[in-house]
Amino acid sequence: MTTTVEKPTTTSASPRHAASEKSRSEARLGWYLAGPAFAVMLLVTAYPILQAFYESLFDYRLTDPANRSFTGLTNYGVILTDPVWWDAFGVTVLITVVTVAVELVLGFALALVMVQALKALRPVLRAAILIPYAVITVVSAFAWQFAFAPDSGFVNSWFSFLGLAPDTDWFGSPGSAIFVICLAEIWKTTPFISLLLLAGLAQVPDVLQEAAKVDGATWWQRMRRVTIPNMKAAIMVALLFRTLDAFRVFDSVYVMTAGANGTEVLSFLAYRQTIARLEIGLGSAVSVLLFISVVLICGLFVKGFKVDLSQARGE
Amino acid sequence: MAEVVFDEASRIYTPGATPAVDKLSLTVNDGELVVLVGPSGSGKSTALRMLAGLEPIDAGHLRIDGRDVVDVASKDRDIAMVFQSYALYPSKTVRDNMAFPLKMRGMDKAEQAKRVNEAAEILGLTEYLDRKPKALSGGQRQRVAMGRAIVREPRVFLMDEPLSNLDAKMRVQTRAQIAGLQNRLDVTTVYVTHDQVEAMTMGDRVAVLRDGKLQQYATPSELYDRPVNAFVAGFIGSPAMNLMDLQRSGDGVTLGGSTLPLTREVADAAGSADTVTVGLRPEDLSLTSEGDGIKAVVDVVEELGSESYLYAHMAEHPDTTLVVRGPGRTRVRYGETIAVRVDPDAVHAFDASSGERLAS
Repeated sequence: MTTTVEKPTTTSASPRHAASEKSRSEARLGWYLAGPAFAVMLLVTAYPILQAFYESLFDYRLTDPANRSFTGLTNYGVILTDPVWWDAFGVTVLITVVTVAVELVLGFALALVMVQALKALRPVLRAAILIPYAVITVVSAFAWQFAFAPDSGFVNSWFSFLGLAPDTDWFGSPGSAIFVICLAEIWKTTPFISLLLLAGLAQVPDVLQEAAKVDGATWWQRMRRVTIPNMKAAIMVALLFRTLDAFRVFDSVYVMTAGANGTEVLSFLAYRQTIARLEIGLGSAVSVLLFISVVLICGLFVKGFKVDLSQARGE
Repeated sequence: MAEVVFDEASRIYTPGATPAVDKLSLTVNDGELVVLVGPSGSGKSTALRMLAGLEPIDAGHLRIDGRDVVDVASKDRDIAMVFQSYALYPSKTVRDNMAFPLKMRGMDKAEQAKRVNEAAEILGLTEYLDRKPKALSGGQRQRVAMGRAIVREPRVFLMDEPLSNLDAKMRVQTRAQIAGLQNRLDVTTVYVTHDQVEAMTMGDRVAVLRDGKLQQYATPSELYDRPVNAFVAGFIGSPAMNLMDLQRSGDGVTLGGSTLPLTREVADAAGSADTVTVGLRPEDLSLTSEGDGIKAVVDVVEELGSESYLYAHMAEHPDTTLVVRGPGRTRVRYGETIAVRVDPDAVHAFDASSGERLAS
């Protein structure tokens, strides 16, 4: 009796043991391969974050280094009760929501164009669509600034039929300034989203489209019921990357308005505190808050989408 | 309920090149199950996709119930298709997969649910209705694909190698199920396969294609008994028919030193040709006692239990090989010389150059 009971346990235990041995050696190999990169990442990202957090706990201004004193979380209290932070936060959220929403729609359209274009046209089209993404942000920001410049820009003179006065000061009021900033951001990063979505589109098997056609679905129904649900993972990755990026928008704002006229964003606020005013402690606290916002957004996306990321890897 | 007519329908991918489907003409009667069979590249799948509306029809006509569908979109053809890869929607449950075509037609919810439940009942899928395709076995996925097709109650079923992703045992089982289901529902069905056994067992009629051209369209038994050319003769039947180019001698042809008589009609049809392609099915050859019969040396013995197949070459012409069906549990071994008797009524003869059948 005992032998019959024991026998299956030993036989079933041994393959399981072998499997775990194999997976353990695979995990070890993984660490050997990814370890160096991981160490570099720690050095260049984790270290500055921790350093910033440490600095944020002090009242420390570089013009007065002798009076550096530990103040705990006071800096955070100062920031979160100051309307300057909340204004910048609002502008940042506005820019993020507008640019990401427009980019998603536009990027998806461009991805569809790239998928459905004739084979001969595809390389040209792809290059044309990707060019803005290859332009350095500062350069593109200057280009847009020049275009909208009240005196020398072409926008005012070319688009006068839209009822634009020849001396419209685009950067003079928050609404129009944010509009131009969003435009520049959208122009520059839509290619990035469309590239990610293109990869997602390519992963939806053609045969699903065919099945839906035979099942009686129109083009729009196929998009909505077959294509998009099957590229949820790609959409999430695109949205997440772009949201995080947009939330840290800096270059365009710096170049076009330098934060003036109600266009200050969070990363510009951090820059202004740390670099311009040399308030190391306060600036670091802003940076840490910005970092925490980004982490929260990230968490929300991953939770909210409930996407099995293995789908994105085509498993 | 529909009649499908291919009327010189062609699919030409590149103008000037050989058409993928070349002036295909055939009629599928109402309620009939027709199998399109052929090797890869024969155009069978393309022909089916033309019927599905997934490939354009570049020339000729295609009619469903008398209506020319050349310019009709897939969704308006009232057809349902089962794909080789099943093409289930991975993000939808089994229930939603099966209900999808109904939903696209704007059928009311209650009727949708009723039809899905009925189809699930027939296919034994009731307990899996809330699962995603990922959580199903290959056979279950295949049945979901079938379910999605039958809930529609379409005019025509199209099946593109629906069994080729199943293992051998499931394939035989599902083959019978599909044939049974088709009989019960009595819906016109066009079924594509590369497997001649599937074609023979399932089809009311079978169309054999090669290089985009229809070779023969007939019942399975007619294909087997009276193949119109050497290609069909070699394609239908397993193991394949022995096809040999043999020298004429007098009234017959020379095979392994002896003369195989040809009928009067065949000899007339062959005219003055020096050689004739002779086809002999392995099952029409039998072992005979030493002395008479054609001598052959055994290369391989395939023992199947109820029967055996002996792969042999002619003792005097090592280049000519033959497959002979022997009894089960044969005592013949590799290297032995056997004597083979040919049933003279079962000789198929084809023109050596064109491959066309000689005489009727």
